[in-house]
Amino acid sequence: MNIFLKLLKVDRRFIYIFIAIVVILPLLLKPKFPVVPSKPVKDVYDYIENLPEGSNVMISIDYDAASMPEQQPFLEALLRQLFRNKLKPILIVQWQLGAPLGTMGLEKIAKEMGAVYGVDYINLGYRPGYVAQIVGIGKEIRDYFKVDYRNVPLDSFPMMKNVHNYNDIALLVGLEAGATYLVWIEYAGGRFKQKIALALNAVSAPDAYYFYQSGQIVGLVGGMKGAAEYEVLVGKPDIAVAGMASQSYSHLVIILFIILGNIAYFIEKRTKSKEGGK
Amino acid sequence: MLKGKGIPIFITFLVGMIMIVSFFIPHKPFGDIEKISLNWYSIIAGFTMLLGVDSLIGMHFRKVKRKDENWFFSLVLIFGFVATVVVGIVETVRFGTAFDDKSYFTYIYNYFIVPLQATMFSLLAFFIASAAYRAFRARNFDATLLLITAIIVMLGRVPLGEQISPYLPKFTEWIMQVPQMAAKRGIGLGISLGALGVSIRIILGIERSYLS
Amino acid sequence: MLKKTLLLIFSVFSILLFSQESDSLIFLENQNPFLDFKLTGNDIPNDGGGGIQINWCFPDTLGNWFLTVLRRDDSNNVIVVATDLLVSSMQVRDVSSEEEPSRVKDNTNYYYTGILSKNMINEKFLNKLISNGSEYSKNGVYIFGNDTFYITGETEAIFSKSSWFNLSRIPVLVSLIIIAFVFLYYLNLAKSGKDLYIRKINGLDAVEEAVGRSTEMGKPIMYILGIGYVTDIPTIAGLTILGRVAKKVADYETRILVPSYDPVVMTTAQEVVKEAFTEAGRPDLYNKNDIMYITQDQFGYAAGVDGMMMREKPGAVFLQGLFFAESLILAETGHSIGAIQISGTTETAQLPFFVAACDYTLIGEEMMAASVYLQKEPMMLGSIAAEDLLKVFIMFLIIIGFVFSVLGYGLRIEIIKNLFDWLINLLQV
Repeated sequence: MNIFLKLLKVDRRFIYIFIAIVVILPLLLKPKFPVVPSKPVKDVYDYIENLPEGSNVMISIDYDAASMPEQQPFLEALLRQLFRNKLKPILIVQWQLGAPLGTMGLEKIAKEMGAVYGVDYINLGYRPGYVAQIVGIGKEIRDYFKVDYRNVPLDSFPMMKNVHNYNDIALLVGLEAGATYLVWIEYAGGRFKQKIALALNAVSAPDAYYFYQSGQIVGLVGGMKGAAEYEVLVGKPDIAVAGMASQSYSHLVIILFIILGNIAYFIEKRTKSKEGGK
Repeated sequence: MLKGKGIPIFITFLVGMIMIVSFFIPHKPFGDIEKISLNWYSIIAGFTMLLGVDSLIGMHFRKVKRKDENWFFSLVLIFGFVATVVVGIVETVRFGTAFDDKSYFTYIYNYFIVPLQATMFSLLAFFIASAAYRAFRARNFDATLLLITAIIVMLGRVPLGEQISPYLPKFTEWIMQVPQMAAKRGIGLGISLGALGVSIRIILGIERSYLS
Repeated sequence: MLKKTLLLIFSVFSILLFSQESDSLIFLENQNPFLDFKLTGNDIPNDGGGGIQINWCFPDTLGNWFLTVLRRDDSNNVIVVATDLLVSSMQVRDVSSEEEPSRVKDNTNYYYTGILSKNMINEKFLNKLISNGSEYSKNGVYIFGNDTFYITGETEAIFSKSSWFNLSRIPVLVSLIIIAFVFLYYLNLAKSGKDLYIRKINGLDAVEEAVGRSTEMGKPIMYILGIGYVTDIPTIAGLTILGRVAKKVADYETRILVPSYDPVVMTTAQEVVKEAFTEAGRPDLYNKNDIMYITQDQFGYAAGVDGMMMREKPGAVFLQGLFFAESLILAETGHSIGAIQISGTTETAQLPFFVAACDYTLIGEEMMAASVYLQKEPMMLGSIAAEDLLKVFIMFLIIIGFVFSVLGYGLRIEIIKNLFDWLINLLQV
């Protein structure tokens, strides 16, 4: 009884230690967890699978280092699928501090899949003023991206010769840590009828269900779980799948703490009412 | 008539009205007003960044000068600020972009900013645990319902849920798409109307608490 | 169509087989399988001018071919390349952009021609064609070197014009008129002295208590505006509440700390607090350095504010504005130092975190109405009443939509289905 009552006043650092252990241990021991793709994730995958060879897919890096564990695995899985299907990624960046992450992921997977810069993929880098830019790409991408991320003129790359505006982009995939996706949906989707798929951090993914339900986005990849599902779909389980064990166990620990907390709460309530009865 | 607060209220009203009118008239000069004002905002915001830097560095400079408690950390901040700016400028001149593979700025980014940001964000996992532990108590019927739903969703969102029952993730998905969305849309409608109310109060000069 | 395509492919092959490397432009007479191929165009409706939309509908088999669109200017007969893209795009807009404002001028007649080619268009061929105005006007099959091109007939004269009213926004105008009418009605009602009711909001009643208790303990108050900019409505709402809170702070003669994410917000907050202190008759207590800039990095900001909380140990923490993933990091730290916390945001994903970690949370529109609640001027209350009436109106629309969709799509009653579609069309912008 006493133990439970003490639990009510437990120092929160005690909870933190438990969480740290269940996050770190599975990452070291790597137990296997089966990952079953959910429908919103599968919708993104299927949409890309059905794109004709040679289509351009624009990837917008709207996250920074803080969201790297959630977004980077998806970026890599997505790029593997694109290169495998001979689709052409065009990378742009709306969050300045995400630029190196986008470049890192793109170069890593391009090297792995043997893709050639300027022919199979391109990296346009960051430009300030995202609202004006997202509207502007509807007219002409060169108004904002005259050169790529290394200041090489766009027209010197074969794959960009025929890319002018959203008409030439089969799908836009936004990797989102904040609310930039609202502008993509409002302007690129609403005004220019651009097809959009989104990957959001788990914490803000519930917000995007509006747009998934209403068909404004073709699919939704939520957090590391979504990334893990995507890795499974692409057929190359990687870091996100490994992270699923940590996530499963930490959820379990939180649930256990909630249950213990409630038992303690009820015991306390009963003792109080008994004392009151005396 | 236009004295004291009158002038800013009049300007607010005028600008508000012009923006509303320009929404419906694409013809020049109205059609470009939104874009022009956004550009003006960017320019003004660029200059106010100087005020921000002045505020930040000024505060820590005073701390160092007065030898306040923990003044050493203020010194670290000033050093970090100056070093990042200098390295950024030097490397941009050297490579054309600060984020070149061989640039020291990339080094600072990869080995300072990335781990620092990731650490702050990952604190969320710990804080969610302690907040959930405190908040989810079955105090009454509503709280119990919330508690049960939370546990179902927590299990349904990880592969563990799939192992317990294949219906658990499906049920979670339903919770997310139906009851969750219904509540959110309701709140969202209220927020939009609230935003409308705030805008109209400011444009008409009824709300003045923000004025200096 | 298929027959024509085959014919063209045949002609291309035959030319490839028999042609020789040469720079002369050959026009193939009587080889015109696509006589009816044409571009169509029109002025882009409801725009500010300087834009023409071009459409085409060629068979799917040509989807991977290239289309180079040429534009001829009526006034000086100059021919330029308007754009080039894949045939499968089906449409393109030729517009004046910031980079090239002189592209399409209003009220000038333009004629468009398309060149279809299997490979990317040959620059030499293009130059030859453009310089050779008379040849160019003939539509049909051309050979240049080893390549074959098909040139469509010219469009009719098209000119772009600037619209004086965006017709697609009529539904918005109608809603605006309704909204303006409702607001003016209630503001008049409030002016005439009618009592208007606003329900109790616990979080706002606690403002006085929070500031008072903090003063008693000799601790400052911290006001966090989140990571929004001054262009975001929640930040503006947060600033209006800051004005009211700062006035109470001045009344109690205590300190208020406002760590900021954006320099513009910081400057505005400084003015708001200064004004509130002046209004309360205590301008001497205002300290500009208490409203400071931290950083424009989300988690850097969270770290900075958390550190400040741990050092200054404020007795009351207000979190009012736009918050994202840092919401709980701030609120849990505030909880750990035992401060009374009053939060509010419009970000629905962050609301559960605030509810779990704070003493009081203003949910969305409560936050928007907070400034009104704290002042309770009749005119301000009038605007809240107007919002409520509009809400009833929207609820009514939702119920109608629900009933119509059940009857129209669920029970398949044709008239109601049509009515529902009409309603959706009417409301769409």
